[in-house]
Amino acid sequence: MPTAKIPPVLRSSTGGEKEVAVEGATVGEALRSLASQHADTERQLFGDGGELNRYVNVYLNDEDVRVLDGLDTPVAESDTLVILPAMAGG
Amino acid sequence: MGAGVDNRPCGGKYEDTVEAIGHTPLVELKSLSPKPGVRVYAKLESANPTGSVKDRVARAMIDDAEASGAIGPGQTILEPTSGNTGISLAMICRRKGYPLKVVMPENVTEERTSLLHMYGAEIVYSPAEQGSNGAVAKAIEMAEADTAYYMPYQYGNEANPRAHYEGTAVEILEELDDVAAFVGGLGTGGTLMGNARRLKEADPNTLIVAAEPLQGELVQGLRSLDDGFIPPIIDLALLDRKIFVSNRDAVIWTKKLIDGEGIFAGVSSGAVAAISHRVAAELDSGNVVTVFPDGGWKYLSSGVYTKTLEELEADGTLETASFW
Repeated sequence: MPTAKIPPVLRSSTGGEKEVAVEGATVGEALRSLASQHADTERQLFGDGGELNRYVNVYLNDEDVRVLDGLDTPVAESDTLVILPAMAGG
Repeated sequence: MGAGVDNRPCGGKYEDTVEAIGHTPLVELKSLSPKPGVRVYAKLESANPTGSVKDRVARAMIDDAEASGAIGPGQTILEPTSGNTGISLAMICRRKGYPLKVVMPENVTEERTSLLHMYGAEIVYSPAEQGSNGAVAKAIEMAEADTAYYMPYQYGNEANPRAHYEGTAVEILEELDDVAAFVGGLGTGGTLMGNARRLKEADPNTLIVAAEPLQGELVQGLRSLDDGFIPPIIDLALLDRKIFVSNRDAVIWTKKLIDGEGIFAGVSSGAVAAISHRVAAELDSGNVVTVFPDGGWKYLSSGVYTKTLEELEADGTLETASFW
């Protein structure tokens, strides 16, 4: 079962859990699985049209899914989804 | 070690320090090449006058503001930065007579504060736990409250990527006939966007790979994900891959650069070295080019060059430090 890693900013929505086991064959399904387990995460993860929230970066292991196939990116059982807020440098 | 490569006599002759920005050496990193047909090169941006790639960006933004008439003599400049852009602006503003105020996270190394003071800049600190996002938010708030400031705003200023489009990438193409992959660190997006555009014009098949920092949990102190920040100059469509690098891996590779190449680089250079090595291992042939943003001087006090990884983990440096 894939694992979703929860950033500190979302942990109040997951009862403090840092990692949540999720189900799904794609990134979108896996994130929906997270939202079905912890309803408060849904509004933060998704926009009104069901797209990924602009300020959320989701990584399949360590690669940003936005430059893979977005929510359609396939996820394997052993994969980890890392959710992070978009941060700047410079 | 033979002369081998085409050894230029010097980086040029200039009438002023500001003009001497750019024209940095491109150095092959043999210890990062996993197979004979793949070569890895890095632009050593530490060779710029204030020691970082941001000299290019700061000069381009000030030149652009002067050319458009947005700034004139005595204009106060305000800019959010994690350090390097502020230091570059401080040198250039001092040369040109513009007072400078920078907004910077309070957890940056003391060297950055010292350099800014040395060049006469005024520093306003933003909360450490909000990282650069907090510095951006505070600077925008200050600029809105006082229209006397001029804010170049590196995150949204097209002069930032243009400095690389017209500078860094041109210099790379002067030295290499083909670039199979370009690896750039993602901070403002300027290095990646400017180089990507020029390199893709030269060869649309050039792979553009972003390496971005995985911030320690203690500096992810945002109130909600809506406090996230994506620099407006970033166009994700130009990236082929975007990979995060932990502070731990970045430090491991920073140390490898010292051992394997004799290069004393900043921690973000370690991060792009890690990704360059990975990309190189996936290619059969060709050149992988990256940009080492700065040298290690500004991070000495963090202990990353003198302490072991275990010590850095134990004292919390890897979780709390701001290296990008």
